[in-house]
Amino acid sequence: MSLWNSDFLPTLNVGQWFNNVVSWMNDNLGPLLNVIDDALTTLNDGLTDFLNWVPPLIMVLLLAGLGTWVRGWLFGLFAVIGLLLIQAMPTADLWPEAMESFALVLVAAVIAMILAIPIGILAASNGIASRIIRPVMDLMQTMPAYVYLVPALFFWSVGPTTGLVATIVFAMPPGVRLTELGIRQVDPEMVEAGHAFGAPRRQILRGIQFPLAMPTVMAGINQVIMLSLSMVVIAGLVGSGGLGEPVYQGISNLDLVTASEAGLAVVVLAIYLDRLTSAFGDKSAVARASRPRKKAAATA
Amino acid sequence: MPAIKAEGIYKVFGRNAERGVARLHNGDSRETLRADGLTAAVIDASFQVDDGEIFVVMGLSGSGKSTLIRTVNGLLEPTAGSMQVHGQDITTLSPKALRAVRRDRISMVFQHFALFPHRTVGENAAYGLKVRGLNRSDRMAKADEALRMVGLDKWAGSLPGELSGGMRQRVGLARALAAGTDILLMDEAFSALDPLIRREMRDQLIDLQQQLGKTILFITHDLNEAMQLGDRIAMMRDGRIVQIGTAEEILNDPANDYVASFVQDVDRARVLTAESVMEPPAVLLGADQGPRMAHKLMRENQVSQLFVVSRDRVLRGVVTEDDVAAAVQHGQSDLAGLIRTDIPTVTEGTALADLFGESAESRGALPVLGERDRLVGVIPRVTLLNALSTKGSEQEVTQ
Ligand SMILES: Nc1ncnc2c1ncn2[C@@H]1O[C@H](COP(=O)(O)OP(=O)(O)OP(=O)(O)O)[C@@H](O)[C@H]1O
Ligand SMILES: [Mg+2]
Repeated sequence: MSLWNSDFLPTLNVGQWFNNVVSWMNDNLGPLLNVIDDALTTLNDGLTDFLNWVPPLIMVLLLAGLGTWVRGWLFGLFAVIGLLLIQAMPTADLWPEAMESFALVLVAAVIAMILAIPIGILAASNGIASRIIRPVMDLMQTMPAYVYLVPALFFWSVGPTTGLVATIVFAMPPGVRLTELGIRQVDPEMVEAGHAFGAPRRQILRGIQFPLAMPTVMAGINQVIMLSLSMVVIAGLVGSGGLGEPVYQGISNLDLVTASEAGLAVVVLAIYLDRLTSAFGDKSAVARASRPRKKAAATA
Repeated sequence: MPAIKAEGIYKVFGRNAERGVARLHNGDSRETLRADGLTAAVIDASFQVDDGEIFVVMGLSGSGKSTLIRTVNGLLEPTAGSMQVHGQDITTLSPKALRAVRRDRISMVFQHFALFPHRTVGENAAYGLKVRGLNRSDRMAKADEALRMVGLDKWAGSLPGELSGGMRQRVGLARALAAGTDILLMDEAFSALDPLIRREMRDQLIDLQQQLGKTILFITHDLNEAMQLGDRIAMMRDGRIVQIGTAEEILNDPANDYVASFVQDVDRARVLTAESVMEPPAVLLGADQGPRMAHKLMRENQVSQLFVVSRDRVLRGVVTEDDVAAAVQHGQSDLAGLIRTDIPTVTEGTALADLFGESAESRGALPVLGERDRLVGVIPRVTLLNALSTKGSEQEVTQ
């Protein structure tokens, strides 16, 4: 046996096995795959239609108003300028595509969090579950994002469902991880207080651990949304719609005008969503409570 | 039936904890267990706490106090032994039944308060009642009542973060009181507070205990605190209870050198009470006796004043030599107008340190009153000074 080649190793057809699993699922889980398809399509189309039904200028005002309420007028002003910029750029349909991306991000992020929070809670309350879940999440996040598109294409061919599922899988891990972290970080004396007054586990989780973990969970939501947005653009490759389409048109036609304008629209959306969701974290009850307010009487 | 009865409680942390207990039984030491990765936090602890008693567990850091108190409400399950709360062995209960015990019988006050920062002071105080399923208006009313007891009813709408440390711990106390349980567990509840505020909290706790008659298991590493609060004190060392007794028993008769070295620098003036230094009154005057009798008793006993008591020994006042001599000269036959009532008195429980103020005002001995104002003893000034000087107290003695 020579150290210079690895002929002695058996061939492990990992990719082939994966392929077999996907084929088997495709053949046997048809009804389930259809249900997922219907649900995601309905959600995404409904939301996209709604966002595009609102007149663009009204939409700008609504989003800027939300931004002003959450972060202040400066952010509101940014929102007005950035969103009007998207409408002012000449690339065709940039605003409707932006709204479709917005819808894709919202649907993907909400579903990712709905899945991530219970998994994170499970990982926080059970050491064995945590040790299993952690490497799975690592794998999900480090796998090149494009790889998720392949099995999804098998199941649902081109369209928004493929993009959404790939996005959900890719964006979920930080939601799980930060939920687990947030709950584990809660002061054990606080949890003990719950037990000492005879509260059942569920009540401690709902009333103490989860609210106290909220700022960290919100940081997770922020990351999930940012990952969703980046994945949604990639998903333009498989025809899921949104700003990914003009980006790929730009690439395939070497059309710098379209590509840069679409790219800029993505940046505006990204900044808006990032700042908005990170400010939501500061608005949670715990974050408010820990901010210094009026000084208490010095004498006890 | 005692409120709490612990029998042979062991708590060993680590793998195969039961084997650790068996080895301790066979005479293995705590150190040999530690070498095998086992921590014997509590070893063969037995004690009982009576209804309405303040029982203090005192020991240095790591002696197992927190572990012991957590076996009382089942936050930790003892490795061996039984823990009875009102006669019910909680080590055998199902998780659900155990929660019911914590809801209805035992509440807890924490060293670092453990208030919920996202809930108002009122909601924090109402927590135990919320767990019990009371509706919001009922539980907030009860929480307000508890907050009033600790003097914080005006703060019900604030967040804990807006309060000072002492106030926060009062909220912690109010939360435990509002739960309406008859047993309170307090794990170093005042240790995180400034000394002055600690003193205040201790006084308030004693007041509340007298009003409400709660049974309190209090943990501290401060011997002065233990002696001031505790009806009885358990001294813990390296997981074992080495002595249980009243403050005076521990001071005057320490079970071993360890306890003795501990109590050496206790402020005796704070710990010893009037009862421990008072003497039986040598001579008393009956309220229905006359000035002639008073005069005779004074001459025979070489005293310049006499305490006057009724038939059932209730203190009426004092008569002095000058007044009695004048009355005898005028041929007065009863004590009318002779008895002075504006004299300082103390009760059996008054701390020695507090006797000085009273003693400075009185020229003769201090009368000590027991139940229903009955005279149970006197403290001659000489006795008082002796009690302190022989024990080397730092208390300043003037005159
Ligand atoms: N969950 C645990 N696992 C392992 N060892 C523990 C655990 N809890 C406590 N111990 C150990 O048990 C011993 C007693 O701890 P405990 O907290 O009861 O002491 P304490 O008297 O309350 O001390 P302190 O004054 O520092 O609070 C210590 O050696 C501690 O390290
Ligand atoms: Mg402790």
